[in-house]
Amino acid sequence: MGVEEGVYKAKTGLPLWMLGLGADLLWADMNRLLGFLFHQGVLDEQFLQLQQLQDDTSPNFVSEVVNIYFHESEKLLRNLRALLMEREFSDYKKMGSHLNQFMGSSSSIGAKRVRNVCVAFRAATEHNNRAGCLRALEMLEHEYCYLKNKLHELFQIEQQRALAAGVRYPAPVQN
Amino acid sequence: MAHEKMRTKLTALVVDDNKLNRKIHEKMLESFGVKSEGVENGREAVDIHCRGHRFDLILMDMDMPVMNGIEATKELRLMGIGSIIVGVSSRCTEAEIRKFMDAGLNDYHEKPFNTAKLSSILDNI
Repeated sequence: MGVEEGVYKAKTGLPLWMLGLGADLLWADMNRLLGFLFHQGVLDEQFLQLQQLQDDTSPNFVSEVVNIYFHESEKLLRNLRALLMEREFSDYKKMGSHLNQFMGSSSSIGAKRVRNVCVAFRAATEHNNRAGCLRALEMLEHEYCYLKNKLHELFQIEQQRALAAGVRYPAPVQN
Repeated sequence: MAHEKMRTKLTALVVDDNKLNRKIHEKMLESFGVKSEGVENGREAVDIHCRGHRFDLILMDMDMPVMNGIEATKELRLMGIGSIIVGVSSRCTEAEIRKFMDAGLNDYHEKPFNTAKLSSILDNI
């Protein structure tokens, strides 16, 4: 065993060959989750587009964009619910406007299922169908929640992988 | 290589009320070496031109508060702005696209915008 290997083993308690295993397993987990989300239609190729835009100058681009999406979406969902809960609700045009925003953002990040529910919701507003709108809102809230949980899971795995990859290639000990 | 160098001299204005779309579109432009700015609505797009700024490319959303993309495009053309103006919207009926094009667009793309669409636009500049 070389000097550096001995030092790494002393610091982590693990042999050097095992330190990289965590990162590889997490990478596989990440790809499995992404594959699942694509297969289920939760995400589409636009999400890959975001990943391709991430680079050394913007290493957190995807999570920054997704966090903006979460912030904007929750505001829109609150507005939609507030509108529908109004006793004398009749502003379907305003509801349609919120939905256009939601649709635009969702398609920009590849949130395919959320976008599709927005399309159905918008159809209900165009028919002034309040009951239909309420049903669509519940579906939208459900889909959005599911997407948010899955994306958080994805980012958590990515974070753990980055940490594990950092352990795999620690800085050499300076004498 | 010369093609890429030419692209790095281009400037663009992203006109969209959606902060997320502005961020994504500006990042896409950056990936092609295009320097860009973003504004929130058509009125701001007109105002920035009134202040003397000029851009090779304008990515114009349709539905925006204060001044929408159709009104902004008409006004920019009336001002004599000859930039390439590309409409980018999630609207997709033929009538809506025709109305937007008639305002003075050079091209129109349906959202979501991506690097392939942007590349085809930049190839024509």
